Amino acid sequence: MSEKIADTTAEPMKPPVRNVGVYGWLRENLFNNWFNSLLTLLILYGLWQTCVPLIRWAFIDSLWFSSAEACRDIDGACWSIIPNNVSFIFFGFFPDGQQWRPLLAMLLLFALVFYSKDRKHWKRSLGVYWLLGLIVMGTLMHGGVFGLPVVETDQWSGFPLTLMLALFGMVFAYPLGVLLALGRQSRMAGIKTLCVVYIELIRGVPLISLLFMSSVMFPLFLPEGLSIDKVLRAQVAIILFTAAYIAEVVRGGLQAIPKGQYEAADSLGLGYGKTMRLIILPQALKIVIPPSVGVLISAFKDTSLVVIIALYDVLTTTKVTLSNPDWMGYSREAYLFLALLYFVCCYAMSSYSRKLEKELHTGH
Amino acid sequence: MRFTKMMALVAAITLLSSGLAFAGKDLDTVRKKGFIQAGVNGAVFGFGMPDAKGVWKGLDVDTARAIAAAIFGDASKVKFTPLTAQQRFTALQSGEIDLLTRNATRTLSRETQLGLNFVTVNYYDGQGFLVSKKLGVKSAKELDGATVCVLPGTTTEQNAADYFRSNNMKWKPVVIENTTELAKTFFAGRCDVLTSDASQLAGTRAVAPNPKEYAILPEIISKEPLAPAVRHGDDQFMDIVDFSVLAMINAEELGITSQNVDSMLKSKDPVIQRFLGVTAGNGKALGLDEKWAYNIIKQVGNYGEVFERNVGVNTTLGIERGLNALWTDGGLMYSPPFK
Repeated sequence: MSEKIADTTAEPMKPPVRNVGVYGWLRENLFNNWFNSLLTLLILYGLWQTCVPLIRWAFIDSLWFSSAEACRDIDGACWSIIPNNVSFIFFGFFPDGQQWRPLLAMLLLFALVFYSKDRKHWKRSLGVYWLLGLIVMGTLMHGGVFGLPVVETDQWSGFPLTLMLALFGMVFAYPLGVLLALGRQSRMAGIKTLCVVYIELIRGVPLISLLFMSSVMFPLFLPEGLSIDKVLRAQVAIILFTAAYIAEVVRGGLQAIPKGQYEAADSLGLGYGKTMRLIILPQALKIVIPPSVGVLISAFKDTSLVVIIALYDVLTTTKVTLSNPDWMGYSREAYLFLALLYFVCCYAMSSYSRKLEKELHTGH
Repeated sequence: MRFTKMMALVAAITLLSSGLAFAGKDLDTVRKKGFIQAGVNGAVFGFGMPDAKGVWKGLDVDTARAIAAAIFGDASKVKFTPLTAQQRFTALQSGEIDLLTRNATRTLSRETQLGLNFVTVNYYDGQGFLVSKKLGVKSAKELDGATVCVLPGTTTEQNAADYFRSNNMKWKPVVIENTTELAKTFFAGRCDVLTSDASQLAGTRAVAPNPKEYAILPEIISKEPLAPAVRHGDDQFMDIVDFSVLAMINAEELGITSQNVDSMLKSKDPVIQRFLGVTAGNGKALGLDEKWAYNIIKQVGNYGEVFERNVGVNTTLGIERGLNALWTDGGLMYSPPFK
């Protein structure tokens, strides 16, 4: 029975060469009629006109590690502005020679974030690691022990400041926002009013005005001679602002949970706390991952507004570098570099949120 | 009732926060802290700006250092707070800073309504015009019908409008928000004239594609005496700030520099002896160490040195002394006797 049946079928005929491969694809998609062909040619011409000079400017005619004088004689990009000022752009006023400390702190932060990405590690120990990590980072930044010289917060600047404002902004704003959302849904009139007033008040003003309040108005209300750390004031303003937006996003999630879920929890005899913690919030927060990541990403970018209260985040340090006559003309290069930096951070956040969403998707 | 609640809130925030400081008189506070908190600009090259290593540089910065040298005998006992134009006076009023050296113009309303005391001017600035030499204009009076690049919302725009009107000339303002963009627009040829404070025009010219093609016109159309300021309420502190600025000018008049100050200690001239504290008296009168003026000159330098180091002809800005020369050289820098 194992006799082989003779292979009698003829080899299938190959499709004509003009329908397959690169040629076929081009024909099918780009040149399938005269109008599309025309469009293709026009777009190719446009690309040729824009991309070629751009590449020339950015890569061929450019200088990467030269002095400011050398840059005056070229037509291309002067990327040298970045390596020549890298320590000020990234670390600002952090004393020269101590800059390994914020660098180490940032690496530690990245390591922690990377470790936390994996949901296998979401255990109580993770919280302990973060707490330890924050203590180590704080010690590295502030110093004062183990023979590290003290560096006051007004010298914390550059990229570490941006990351700090963003990270603490998100970490504290999120729980506060959830509480506010719950408060707004509350049946207790007092709490409800308070939360509504807070949310509407904060959402009704731009972040810039809050920052101005914190830096210009607030000190006037304090008794004379008493001052509160400027970075802290800006940080609190960012937290309060972000929390109001998170609250509205979370409220959307709460409203999307069917009434049956609440009733089911009630019939099981669960109290308010347990209903929320075990039934409602896990579902609601999962629904609102995309919009809340949106809020967090914009919060990250909003930290750059501290420029108006003269805190030296990474945008401000770049701007200061640009007001040095040596480097004044190279704003395009500097801002492109910054855009790339922000993009990397924001893209990492959004791609992680997509991954998380997929993992948490349970089909209901 | 509401007030007590607010105070309670403030107290609660206070307890939660770090970096507290309680002040009495300004000088006492400064002494207790062990450093001066000085408000500076933060983004004007030559006056107050950090360099690529984050070290503060500039004329205003050096002025603040001189005051630290007078009080503590150590020019490094000063911390800088970069301030925006909107923040600067509030920061001084609220006690966030002890001293404002942030190219602020002394005006009557600022002295009175804002409760500030300006001291001796450390830079006489004024609004001027930058033109392309190709235009062939020698005086601002020939600018009838010119397009003028100007920053919006500042006194600069107002001054220019006043100047053109009072001279019966027409002008077309091109208003651009950002200093860098303003300069680019001007160099691209979109306007005939760029107007701004003369010190900034020098900086703008320095970054021109070809600086030699541009000239600053001789007319200065506004007065901008830039001076350090303190709060009302502590006259002794104000005297110290005032005489620290004057000491730098006086040292230049006497020919004392950071290089020769040690040999000047042996000078037989009673004026120099009094000034440098070899003959005691001045220090005690100000409530300072007798070496205060010596410390300023030794650690920071005299006014001429500070000027040349930060904004002078050999720097990128390349500003001539002009009004800021000593009175003996036709400028306005003049110091009362130190006795």
